[in-house]
Amino acid sequence: MNARDEPDHSALSVRNLDAWIGNQQILHSVTFDVGEGVTALLGRNGVGKTTTLRALLGLVRRCGEVRLAGDRIDDLPTHAVVVRGVGYVPENREVFGSLTVAENLTLAARTPHPDLDTVHQLFPELRERAKQAAGTLSGGQQQMVALARALINDNTILLIDEPTKGLAPRIVEEVAAALRVAAARTPILLVEQDLAVVETLADDVVVIADGRVAHRGPARDFLADQAAVTSLLGVGTREVTPS
Amino acid sequence: MSVVVLLLITGLGLGALYFLAASGLSLIYGLMRVLNFAHGAFLTLGGYLGYQVASSFGPESNSWPVFLLSLVVGAASGAMFAAVVELVLIRRLYEREIEQVLVTVGIGLAAVALVIGIWGSDARRYPAPAWMSQATNVLGAQVPNSRFVCILAAVVVFAFLSLLLGRTRYGLIIRAGVENRSMVAALGIDVRRSFTAVFVLGGALAGLGGVLAGLYNASLSPGTGDSLLIFAFIVVVIGGLGSVRGAAVAAVTVALLQQFANYYAASGVGDLMVVLALAVVLLVRPQGLFARSVRIA
Repeated sequence: MNARDEPDHSALSVRNLDAWIGNQQILHSVTFDVGEGVTALLGRNGVGKTTTLRALLGLVRRCGEVRLAGDRIDDLPTHAVVVRGVGYVPENREVFGSLTVAENLTLAARTPHPDLDTVHQLFPELRERAKQAAGTLSGGQQQMVALARALINDNTILLIDEPTKGLAPRIVEEVAAALRVAAARTPILLVEQDLAVVETLADDVVVIADGRVAHRGPARDFLADQAAVTSLLGVGTREVTPS
Repeated sequence: MSVVVLLLITGLGLGALYFLAASGLSLIYGLMRVLNFAHGAFLTLGGYLGYQVASSFGPESNSWPVFLLSLVVGAASGAMFAAVVELVLIRRLYEREIEQVLVTVGIGLAAVALVIGIWGSDARRYPAPAWMSQATNVLGAQVPNSRFVCILAAVVVFAFLSLLLGRTRYGLIIRAGVENRSMVAALGIDVRRSFTAVFVLGGALAGLGGVLAGLYNASLSPGTGDSLLIFAFIVVVIGGLGSVRGAAVAAVTVALLQQFANYYAASGVGDLMVVLALAVVLLVRPQGLFARSVRIA
């Protein structure tokens, strides 16, 4: 273990994380830290990005060391990990469709006084649609609910999985703006396929390939290295648009 | 006309029993994905313990206070039995469907054997206030009063469950858990604690159903729970897994279909019609009449 692999007191510190789905090992000794701002978790499809987030939460079988602000959380069940201060926005939103928008937020609130002001400031539409069943919302509105469920709590870190997936460009901008506001107060580990969004938001990147960390470092340096981007993220699978 | 009224009210009374058995079963499967074949045992044990307590009062066993006490004992014993089953056995078997089926079927068989061992295999006459065995004239039909009590109990339970699910945070957790329980845990909620509570609630409703089944049939036998369980499963599938409203509508529909077909066609045709209705629902709307398509997560 070199100096870079020693646990530090970052918001999130991951050391030698292995994870399995069924009997198949997906992650192999994944090690990285998440500090202030946004750390983007990148990689081709199927390399283990979503599994990394789910392993951090204990939603899949895993072993290794995970520290949240210095405290071990890898031996805790999912609900206890979240209560320690981990906000999670899953891939495909996973809002509760039969519950109203307000009920989705009420369920997510971990304190008697959740930060609804910030949420309504970022997504005013949610206030207007409070009594609407979340299942009847558009994809973009559902993404707002999914983000709002994480943002109403005071978290140590946010784990956000592909928040712009399948959204119209205008909504992507709105989501990116909300993430920028959120990142100013809470570190974010962000899985994101849209490199334009990564370029505008991310401070650091962790690139996964075949379930292993293939690259760690500043986002700006990585994105400037076209050869590394092509090699690690795939030629023709990304469209980098200038921000 | 009087025959139709009699069949209608009697059918509603039977539907009330189906609802009491099916609503807990539906919530248990909807939230926990546990096919609980021991649910009939909760019902039988609740009924017999209610009977035992009522009988112990001797000449007073037909009084109203003793009857109300038997309802409480039935519900409480169903709840306690369910709690033990969940905490000792089911909790270790989440995500292991085959083992769950084997264990719950085993509990069901063992419970029937236990009841036969203690109370014998013959049906026991259920003690109840004299008013219950009398009839009330409704539009010319002489309707046994016990039917009204069963219907009233089911309406009260439905209202309670509607309030619980619709107006409380706990109900919110159950409704969300039925949709996507791993996401509920990912919001920081200990969903396993809800599992135990729902199991206990289901057991209490089954135990209550056991006492009311004794009242409806005027007797209780070791097979009471299992015979109701078969129709409760059909009601759950038709109504939609995890839907209390679906269970209520399906319970009434199944019971009325059974009653009318048995009377106007031939005895036994009602059961056949119910199975046909189940087949139609499975072909046309496999998730049931009132359920959203359930995700397995």
